[in-house]
Amino acid sequence: MSDIPDAESLLPGLAAELKARVTPATAMVGLYTGGAWLAERLHAMLGLAEPLGLMDIAFYRDDYAKQGLKHDPKRTRIPFDVGGRDLLLVDDVLYTGRTVRAAMNELFDYGRPRSIALAVLADRGGRQLPICAQHCGAQLQVPEGLRLRLKRAADGRLSLELERAA
Amino acid sequence: MQRSSVRNPQLNANGELQHLLSIEGLPREVLLQILDTAEPFADVTEREVKKVPLLRGKSVFNLFFENSTRTRTTFEIAAKRLSADVINLNVSVSSTSKGESLLDTVANLSAMQADVFVVRHASSGAPYLVARHVKPHEHVINAGDGRHAHPTQGLLDLYTIRHYKKDFTRLTVAIVGDVLHSRVARSLIHGLTTLGVPEVRVIGPQTLLPAGVEALGVRVFHQMRAGLADADVVVMLRLQSERMNGPLLPSAQEYFKHYGLNAEKLALARRDAIVMHPGPMNRGVEIDSSVADGPHSVILPQVTFGIAVRMAVMSIVAGN
Repeated sequence: MSDIPDAESLLPGLAAELKARVTPATAMVGLYTGGAWLAERLHAMLGLAEPLGLMDIAFYRDDYAKQGLKHDPKRTRIPFDVGGRDLLLVDDVLYTGRTVRAAMNELFDYGRPRSIALAVLADRGGRQLPICAQHCGAQLQVPEGLRLRLKRAADGRLSLELERAA
Repeated sequence: MQRSSVRNPQLNANGELQHLLSIEGLPREVLLQILDTAEPFADVTEREVKKVPLLRGKSVFNLFFENSTRTRTTFEIAAKRLSADVINLNVSVSSTSKGESLLDTVANLSAMQADVFVVRHASSGAPYLVARHVKPHEHVINAGDGRHAHPTQGLLDLYTIRHYKKDFTRLTVAIVGDVLHSRVARSLIHGLTTLGVPEVRVIGPQTLLPAGVEALGVRVFHQMRAGLADADVVVMLRLQSERMNGPLLPSAQEYFKHYGLNAEKLALARRDAIVMHPGPMNRGVEIDSSVADGPHSVILPQVTFGIAVRMAVMSIVAGN
């Protein structure tokens, strides 16, 4: 198993990478909860003109039949027209790829973007779908049964932490 | 505290909502879960594609043993926005008129692979009977049973109140009119007290208030003037036409004079009070047009919120 990197020190590199692909049509969407925290930081670092979009994919999950509806879904807010955009989709950790699939389905119900690129803080492997991140802060190996997730401290500092999967 | 050995028929073994039959007996957490879930569903109705894929491949049967175009339509829209297949059965004019029993009707529909039954019936308790006999993967939602309950209407009223007033725990809510025959009032009173509203009032003539209504935790008023004083929320109930000239009331004109809401009476409530009505309204009987169409009225937003609340209820029960 890999060491868990420091989230804060991954941010400048990831932001620099993203900066290079910003176009006048670029807008950012963060996925609740960890992805939204990360996107808030990256959005500010890039100084994007369009306000940040935030998305909860609860209504698009593929495990609803097994798990039911998640408690307390957040409101998805896309404060710009998705049609013709170059979207930067931001999540904290890329694992099976199922969240990203659900997010892309939801985005297309808002319009037809010109492109979508995925940016994540950490890619832990274990993909179950043909999805990859165009921009990734760190790649690491995390065994199944453990959950890697982003935490945000009271002062706003982000950190990656391991916990047992529920 | 000793736990009741009789399980709430609406909840599964994990305490999750399996059927929605009545607001009475639902824990606060479940009510809040429904209201919280309805918020993002309200956003869905403002998008380019007003649909989410949650109930794709599931069948929702609208079983209306009693006519109600509006309630049936809002359930139908809610189910379609969840991508379910919707089958409307106006049972009052089909099988039952040929003598089929309620449970036989349900058993037949179940054989057609139903997932959710939305049941409206003139007899109190009919949805409970259905819920007791459906298969474990089937879910029942009460769309109004007799004088007993109309839980989705009560929930959309709660959603509307929270939307405009934010905090339940400082409110005075006045419910005006025919509480005796109103399943809407009953459902709403249970919801308001469960969510901690400190003052729930009912206002109406003695003949239209149920005996012992105080036991539900409400204050009783027979005069609008006293009952509306400083109210944050005024809920007007529909006066059904068969009551207007019946033994309980002298006439519709007389009723409007005493219990109809006009601008002058509304001025007794708080300046930022909201006025609600479950519809359909009788203008000039329980509510004056200047109020129904006025700045305090949230009657049309109630209808819009009703779709989001029904989406929330269906997607919660169908997932449990």
